[in-house]
Amino acid sequence: MAEAGPKEGYLVTEKLVKRFDEAVAVDEVSLSIGKGEIFALLGSSGCGKSTLLRMLAGFEKPTSGRILLGGQDVARMQPYERPVNMMFQSYALFPHLNIWENVAFGLKREGLPKSEVKQRTDEMLGLVQLTPYAKRKPHQLSGGQQQRVALARSLAKKPKLLLLDEPLGALDKKLREQTQFELVNIIESVGVTVVMVTHDQEEAMTMASRIAIMSKGRVLQVGTPEEIYEHPKNRFVADFIGNVNLFAGKLSIDEPDHCAAETGIGVIHVGHGVSGTLNMPVSIAVRPEKIEISKQAPDAVGPNLFKGRVKEIGYLGSYNTYIVVASDGMKVKITEANTSRQDLSGITWEDEVFFWWSDGAGVVLRD
Amino acid sequence: MASHFPIPGKRFVIGVPYAWLFVFFFLPFLILLYISFVDMGESINPFKPIWDPQTGILSLKYENYWSIFRDGEGGDLFKTIYIEAYLRSIWYAFWTALLCLLIGYPFAYFIARSPASVRPALLMMVMLPFWTSFLLRVYAWKGILADQGVLNQILMGLGITNEPIQMLYTNVSMLVGMTYVYLPFMVLPLYANLVKMDVRLLEAAYDLGTTPFKAFWLVTVPLSKAGIIAGFMLVFIPAVGEFVIPSLLGGPENIMIGRVVWDEMFTSNNWPRATALAVVMIALIIVPLAIYYHFTGDAAEPRK
Repeated sequence: MAEAGPKEGYLVTEKLVKRFDEAVAVDEVSLSIGKGEIFALLGSSGCGKSTLLRMLAGFEKPTSGRILLGGQDVARMQPYERPVNMMFQSYALFPHLNIWENVAFGLKREGLPKSEVKQRTDEMLGLVQLTPYAKRKPHQLSGGQQQRVALARSLAKKPKLLLLDEPLGALDKKLREQTQFELVNIIESVGVTVVMVTHDQEEAMTMASRIAIMSKGRVLQVGTPEEIYEHPKNRFVADFIGNVNLFAGKLSIDEPDHCAAETGIGVIHVGHGVSGTLNMPVSIAVRPEKIEISKQAPDAVGPNLFKGRVKEIGYLGSYNTYIVVASDGMKVKITEANTSRQDLSGITWEDEVFFWWSDGAGVVLRD
Repeated sequence: MASHFPIPGKRFVIGVPYAWLFVFFFLPFLILLYISFVDMGESINPFKPIWDPQTGILSLKYENYWSIFRDGEGGDLFKTIYIEAYLRSIWYAFWTALLCLLIGYPFAYFIARSPASVRPALLMMVMLPFWTSFLLRVYAWKGILADQGVLNQILMGLGITNEPIQMLYTNVSMLVGMTYVYLPFMVLPLYANLVKMDVRLLEAAYDLGTTPFKAFWLVTVPLSKAGIIAGFMLVFIPAVGEFVIPSLLGGPENIMIGRVVWDEMFTSNNWPRATALAVVMIALIIVPLAIYYHFTGDAAEPRK
């Protein structure tokens, strides 16, 4: 999506391509990232996100295209010449050096005076709250502490661009949630521009201000987490981010402010126009949590009301998941928050139920 | 780990090599130690028993050791041919190990960094010389380094020199032979160490502003310390006692300790002194080694 942030253009990739022999790993990727932004590259493994990150770091030379950082083309610069630092997946801390020496490693290479190296290193260790651990070796620290060392090391040289490669990938789930916010707080307090790579959508959505969804070397959509969740541009993005029900059909009404499609379960109305042609194949994407479910018909009948039979119920604590088989046999996934005890508990297996959603809930996808 | 689960036969499996070492290393060493404290024998007996049942005299002889360190009663301490031979052996063993390291490190490095598919073939080539007889390989060096040998022929053919250069029977030829023979013992432990190294650590070093050359010295070399020490010891220890190569390729004036032990044993027929020399040699190597490992053994193998 081209809706530009106010400070875009600090890091720009122009038609960046990376080919390994015949395989195209990164295919004409053009991005524009603002100063101080936390930008996430999200995709499943093999989508090219790691290759793109490695090109930003300088470990891979682009086949073609440019990388502009603060107006300077860095695409052909060596990794040790770039004002870019990376926090590696599983950290790549130097096992033969202690924590202090790990953090000071990059500063010493700059040929700074000793006092300055010491001051900056101490400052970084303080920032990640690891001052008491300065003399320890990396293997003596927990995973979360190692991650903070890696962060301190990559921030020590005040890089213009910080790269995070699966920053939370090596931590267990509980620690992840806590670390996510900690990481963002530290990054924001420093004010560095960040590009991170992850396959975990939750991680991307919590940490990043904008996300690029990648598949097969291409960027499919760029936007804020909300934009991508609420307005996915195509089936892949809708399916990749969160859960979604996709109803395939043909466009039957197409007005500027609303449209409708004939699908297997009936006509679905959507509250936005698509400016396509009638009868073109489309998919309507509806998120499970936007669908209401009840044994009784709702009082006010909206446009999208259907009937089905409950096939599965999953109790997940904070919410319930229902799989409802619709008239055409399609399995529709519905989730309801577990706030009201009474009216939902009545639904059980094989019940005939009504399910419906407002016309603002669906999104029309062309491909 | 294994202590939680009693594995049947575990003691047996561990016990066999220990029993082997006990019978074929420790017991012979005790015999060696015993002989080193007795008197020289007469006629066909190479040594006398420590206790004579006829006379009832117990004779512990320290002279075998004394004579190593002191030449006669009034001689200067540490100024004996034995001490000289020890120092010379250690000196050349050190140079052999150092040359092996200098040649072997790049070797091992590039094998470890080559594509995984060609590594077995490259390793095979390192071990290939073992397929031919050791003596044959050492004799081949004679053919190369002799006055009328291949190398001199080439040098004279190219007009670089008119007369053959003396290469054989010098310290150089001995070091060449030792380095050649012991090189695989350096390459293999270094390779095993370097191939394990996480290349992302090098990328991390580049990322932090280190040129590849500096990253090699700051990351690769320190992380291969355990391999360097292992390779150095594997070359140094046998090289100290090496007998064949100095005899075949070395100069007549440079007598190594291995040769001295041989001469005492088979020429002078002085078994007690020969064994005392061997015991001192073991002490010279093992004691510093044990001290070294006691203080650095933990740091030599960096954990992840």
